[in-house]
Amino acid sequence: MEKFSTLTSQAVPLNIANVDTDQIIPARFLKATDKKGFGDNVFRDWRFDKLGNPNSEFTLNNPVYSGSILIAGDNFGCGSSREHAAWALVGYGFKVIVSSFFADIFKGNALNNGLLPVQVSEGFLEQLFAAIESDATTQFEVNLETQTISIKDTDLNEGFEIDAYKKTCMINGYDDIDYLLSKKELIEAFELQKNY
Amino acid sequence: MKKTLFDKVWDAHVVDTVQDGPQILYIDKHLIHEVTSPQAFNELQDRAIPVFRPNQIVATADHNTPTLDQHLPVKDELSRKQLAQLSENCSNNNITLYELGHKYNGIVHVMAPELGITQPGMTMVCGDSHTSTHGAFGTIAFGIGTSQVAQVFASQCLLLSKPKSLRVTVNGTLKNGVLPKDVILYIISKLGTNSGTGYFCEYAGDVFENMSMEGRMTVCNMSIEMGARGGMIAPDNTTFAYVKGREFAPKDADFEAKVAYWKTLPTDEGASFDKEYFFDAADIEPMVTYGTNPGMGIKISETIPIDNDPSFKKSLQYMNFEAGKSLIDTPINFVFIGSCTNSRIEDFRVAADYIKGKRKATNVTAWLVPGSKQVETQIIEEGLKDIFNAAGFELRQPGCSACLAMNDDKIPQNEYCVSTSNRNFEGRQGQGSRTILASPLVAAATAVEGKIIDITKHLN
Repeated sequence: MEKFSTLTSQAVPLNIANVDTDQIIPARFLKATDKKGFGDNVFRDWRFDKLGNPNSEFTLNNPVYSGSILIAGDNFGCGSSREHAAWALVGYGFKVIVSSFFADIFKGNALNNGLLPVQVSEGFLEQLFAAIESDATTQFEVNLETQTISIKDTDLNEGFEIDAYKKTCMINGYDDIDYLLSKKELIEAFELQKNY
Repeated sequence: MKKTLFDKVWDAHVVDTVQDGPQILYIDKHLIHEVTSPQAFNELQDRAIPVFRPNQIVATADHNTPTLDQHLPVKDELSRKQLAQLSENCSNNNITLYELGHKYNGIVHVMAPELGITQPGMTMVCGDSHTSTHGAFGTIAFGIGTSQVAQVFASQCLLLSKPKSLRVTVNGTLKNGVLPKDVILYIISKLGTNSGTGYFCEYAGDVFENMSMEGRMTVCNMSIEMGARGGMIAPDNTTFAYVKGREFAPKDADFEAKVAYWKTLPTDEGASFDKEYFFDAADIEPMVTYGTNPGMGIKISETIPIDNDPSFKKSLQYMNFEAGKSLIDTPINFVFIGSCTNSRIEDFRVAADYIKGKRKATNVTAWLVPGSKQVETQIIEEGLKDIFNAAGFELRQPGCSACLAMNDDKIPQNEYCVSTSNRNFEGRQGQGSRTILASPLVAAATAVEGKIIDITKHLN
């Protein structure tokens, strides 16, 4: 897994609530048996019409927006557990997703792929959207060490929560398999004495 | 200390706790299917890690399988390759697979309970968010991502922080024509799609106590649609009677010993929950959804609410519905009865009971897709297939089918589908398709009438 500590970037706004993982990557693209290529189809049915022409109204097709931060509406990543959604966002080039609320499974999948979910207050989310609206080239800084997100050249910033264990994993690029394998003896002992 | 059902099962499975971090939770059963497992097998292979406990894993092919001509090679090349990959991975790792055509094949959340693989007090996971279904047995069951599938392959454990607890209590008597699907659609419509995020939900009250296991599975199945990782119902005599005698259920003295343990699992009187909701069964009516998430539901006799929120408006625009209007008399050309929510024998009995002696409307294409080979056999043996055929319906072969439209069972652009599945997201049943979630009874009535009717008036 790629390491993450800080990131300064422009951001892409997606001011829609309840973005489900079917929108992030539609089911018909889940036939692959590897993790490659999902970025090409991220938000496929919002980005393109049925004939494959880009939908000029969709945020990813708007040339004024760029960067590796996606700022999204409330309850991002709800629905299907498909990790393909995280692979698609990472494949497209996103490193951070900001929202006022994340669905559980998506959040876990993101963290397992080095994609940082940054949960902010609804008020701060509004400020982030407003900053992009007034100037699409606004830079944002996400600092995992200090657990803060800030709007550059302003004094606007907010802290965010992350599990201490997951933070260490993200900063060092560790994954859970390494940790679990290191506990194999404990797991085997548990199997011998489990009482249910 | 007073404990909840969830606490008891969770605490019994904790191997260790990481300081200031998550817990290592032991997983009893791991279910896998063709779509979310290949990358996990690749991960293990790349890192030369063996599958730790292959005998605790069961595989089925369901998401990407055709529902016609299953005896023939799968036409779609990518689907065929994905299915072949599953067979190869299972064979290389000594994992039991019920592949296409096997007598135990079926949707993962239908076949595991009917084979007795699902048992009270267990922890179960699957790379599928509707794994919450198995909570109907008093099981901690939840969906996981593919990285976690790899973790369970490697260690039979997951690193998790214990979720908070939520209880939804529904007491009273359900009205005629109100099915378990209506109960859960009603709950989600009241609580919203993210009310359960971060929580595990217990369903309590006499409505659930009086429900069949099939009904309980329908309810727990949709826990994820309110954001809850899982839902649970306390195991009782209904549960024990369902499990008893099934293929992989404990037998004889083992079974009796298990039942004695399972009887200790229900939530202690006075145990506290982080959040509680109460509903009255008498307030629930047959439900339909009008929007693009499962929380956007109304009683079939109600009108679509008025809301100026941009996401709400976007949703209605996609559905081509107007705020303030009723759905009654909306012409419907597609009906789907199936999915891990409503493809069990009881669902087909309800549909057949309504359809018997009637005819399918000529404008309607209806797909009746059993959840498993065993359900398919039961439908035939009970004579339900004859009822469906006589009314102009075709019974297809088992699989996830039009619930997520990974196979050829796709609803065309701009068409409405009254569906017994669990998600009405944009394009869920095919690009540009518009899904209306409902019970098998409402779906059957729609197929017969060719439009949405107020079923409550027809029953009374």
